[in-house]
Amino acid sequence: MSKTSTRDAAFFRETMLPPEPPPIREAGAVKWLRENLFSGPVNTLLTVLGLAIIWFLVSHFWDWFAHSVWNADSLAQCREIIAATWGEGARGACFAVIRERWHQYMFGFYPPSLYWRPLLAFGLLMVALAPILFSETQQIRRIVLVATTVATLLFMQVLGVPTAAFLLSAIVMIGATILAERHAGWLLIFSALYPLIGVFLLWGGTLWAPLMVLAGIGLGWLGWRLVGIVSPMLAVVAGILVTLIWWIGFTGEAAGDLQNLLPLGITSVQSEKFGGFLLAITIGVAGIALSLPIGIILALARRSDMFLVTSLAVIFIEFIRGVPLISLLFVASLLLNYFLPPGTDFDIILRVIIMVTVFAAAYMAEVIRGGLAALPKGQYEAADSLGLDYWKAQRLIILPQALKISIPGIVSTFIGMFKDTTLVTFVGLFDPLKGISDFVRANFAWKGIYWEPFIFTGAIFFIICFSMSRYSMYLERRLQRDNR
Amino acid sequence: MALGSNNEVNMKKTVFLGSIAVAGMTAGMGMADTLADVKARGELNCGVNTGLVGFAAPDANGNWAGFDIDLCKAVAAAVLGDPSKVKYVPTTGQTRFTALSSGEVDMLARNSTWTFSRDTDLKLDFAGVNYYDGQGFMVPKDLGVTSVKELDGATICIQTGTTTELNLADYFKANDLSYQPVNIDSNAEGEQQYMAGACDAYTTDISGLAATRAAFADPENHVILPEVVSKEPLGPAVRHGDNNWGDIVRWTLNALIAAEEYGVTSKNIEELVKSSDNPEVQRLLGVSGELGAMIGLDNEWAKRAIQASGNYGEIFAANIGEQTPIGLTRGLNAQWTQGGLLYAQPFR
Repeated sequence: MSKTSTRDAAFFRETMLPPEPPPIREAGAVKWLRENLFSGPVNTLLTVLGLAIIWFLVSHFWDWFAHSVWNADSLAQCREIIAATWGEGARGACFAVIRERWHQYMFGFYPPSLYWRPLLAFGLLMVALAPILFSETQQIRRIVLVATTVATLLFMQVLGVPTAAFLLSAIVMIGATILAERHAGWLLIFSALYPLIGVFLLWGGTLWAPLMVLAGIGLGWLGWRLVGIVSPMLAVVAGILVTLIWWIGFTGEAAGDLQNLLPLGITSVQSEKFGGFLLAITIGVAGIALSLPIGIILALARRSDMFLVTSLAVIFIEFIRGVPLISLLFVASLLLNYFLPPGTDFDIILRVIIMVTVFAAAYMAEVIRGGLAALPKGQYEAADSLGLDYWKAQRLIILPQALKISIPGIVSTFIGMFKDTTLVTFVGLFDPLKGISDFVRANFAWKGIYWEPFIFTGAIFFIICFSMSRYSMYLERRLQRDNR
Repeated sequence: MALGSNNEVNMKKTVFLGSIAVAGMTAGMGMADTLADVKARGELNCGVNTGLVGFAAPDANGNWAGFDIDLCKAVAAAVLGDPSKVKYVPTTGQTRFTALSSGEVDMLARNSTWTFSRDTDLKLDFAGVNYYDGQGFMVPKDLGVTSVKELDGATICIQTGTTTELNLADYFKANDLSYQPVNIDSNAEGEQQYMAGACDAYTTDISGLAATRAAFADPENHVILPEVVSKEPLGPAVRHGDNNWGDIVRWTLNALIAAEEYGVTSKNIEELVKSSDNPEVQRLLGVSGELGAMIGLDNEWAKRAIQASGNYGEIFAANIGEQTPIGLTRGLNAQWTQGGLLYAQPFR
């Protein structure tokens, strides 16, 4: 037995065989199909069913899409063109309505000569968000900023904005991109100032108004420093009080006086001119930006040990969650007028933003409370054992982990809120889905148009919401700290 | 569609909003001087529909036009001297009356039906009727139906929460007929359902049916049945309690109607100011008499109102008349001398 050697063997291979290609069933597309679509009787059945449904949809709607008309002045003309091109009885989509009215779907009644302002505001929004959302590496931020700048300027070219405005926007956008390359830290200051810049660009009016708002913060800081000599606790209260008193009592008057003294400003655009996606994004962004911090505070308040704080938070959250958003919007648009002194001009968009924010914040609070509850008790105890006070423990240990857990829920709330902005149609604002479509159809040329505007606005909503969803997945991956 | 948007008041909501309106009125009383407010503001806030074919719709440039819009322009011209000084506040069926009673708008020109409860319980004042409408039915010609009475057991597309719904129920009950309602939310959806064959008949205001039918690819295959099952007098409304302002709106509308009766048009008005020897026309145009002062305006108020978009007949013809695609005939909306219901009280 032990004598057996290679020489006794009948055959011995001395070279390696070249690798055989895998059998056809185990490679390439066939393998993928077998594994993903036909891996068992149930899956095969589902695949066939899915294909049948897709075929059904395509075969029913393909001709409608294929016969799209983009150049026409009215629905009747669309019908003529379709009948002339594809024969009598053919049907087709009339996207000409989008071609004629797309600017209203985007901007509502915003004056066309001022379209550059919302565009610049949107471009700068991305710049302001870049240091917060897109700063994993410098390269990502660079890509985002350059893409934003190019897209903003391209849109301006398409819309044919005045040359002076275009040059100004180009300088601002390119300047911000360069600033981000050189002094990334300064970009955070820009982010903090952005709310004022955005509001000023969108609504216009006197430049003194945002400056006076800033002055309020400056005065608050002064108050904080001065009282801080006496007592640090009192200083915080004094600082906040001074700022609030200045904002509520004096900002408007001071801005008005200064405007009379030295007129500085740009054309003012009233809120009722806002519409379409401009309105949806304005309300959506403001609601998102405000509801997150308020939601965090509410969530912490609800988990607080102090009875009064907890009860107030519970009452607020449960009341808001128990009421439909539409009724809150009706309160904002109708009821508030009766409670405010006659002649008060409380901006309707501001009212709606407040209601949407309050609504989203209540949901946000519960989402974040879920994250807080999911955190192991050891983390709280660890923070305590380090001797951190409440706020430091929350800021350094608890919230970063809780928020990370809550990301999917938070982004879901954002997406839901953004889509809910279409409900403002019920208070007479022109949302892109129904408000704009209603009046476009009220023009006899487009009466009878039904699906095309829905498809158009639906596609844009999908792009925005899908981007948010993808970003949240990216963020989850980026923040993954578990042992895998 | 006029109906659609006309009557879309949910009954429960009416009571709710009504009680708010009452609260608002008591709060706002004693300081109601809308004329002074409008003059101080330099702009008329006019509540209009968010979009209704022929009556109110913004074009691609955002300029409002329509039958109701022209009334806003006439009032602005009479009060402020400039028909362009109007801020159009789009209101929905739910928000319109509260917008008026809360003072957000100075007047409503929003194809609203003048009814008992709106005039009394909601504390509105209707300044007149600028369009006499009524609820009708449209059916496909293939159905072979020539009268509503033959619609026994039919499925009918109807907007929920509107008075059309109640009118339909009343009429069918009174005639001992049965029907199957298909509830829809808006006129656009109604057209879609009707075209898809989800219902045998579609009911809304006759003016709305006419516009809907005209927009079809095959209008000749649909008929509007002869029965009119409700009265829908549409008119401008103002707040109860400010009679002077109500007078201004009422007499501006009357001026437009009277102008047509006396043959005063936007074309010949300057000429008539100089040459007319009809005393009523002279008073209307402010050549003689002091009518303007009696309502707190100057003597040329009516002349400017007529110049804004023309007399009633011109406004009708430009927006919804037979020359437009909507193609409504004057019918009940003809002058009383032509067998219609338009009858302006004398300018004396």
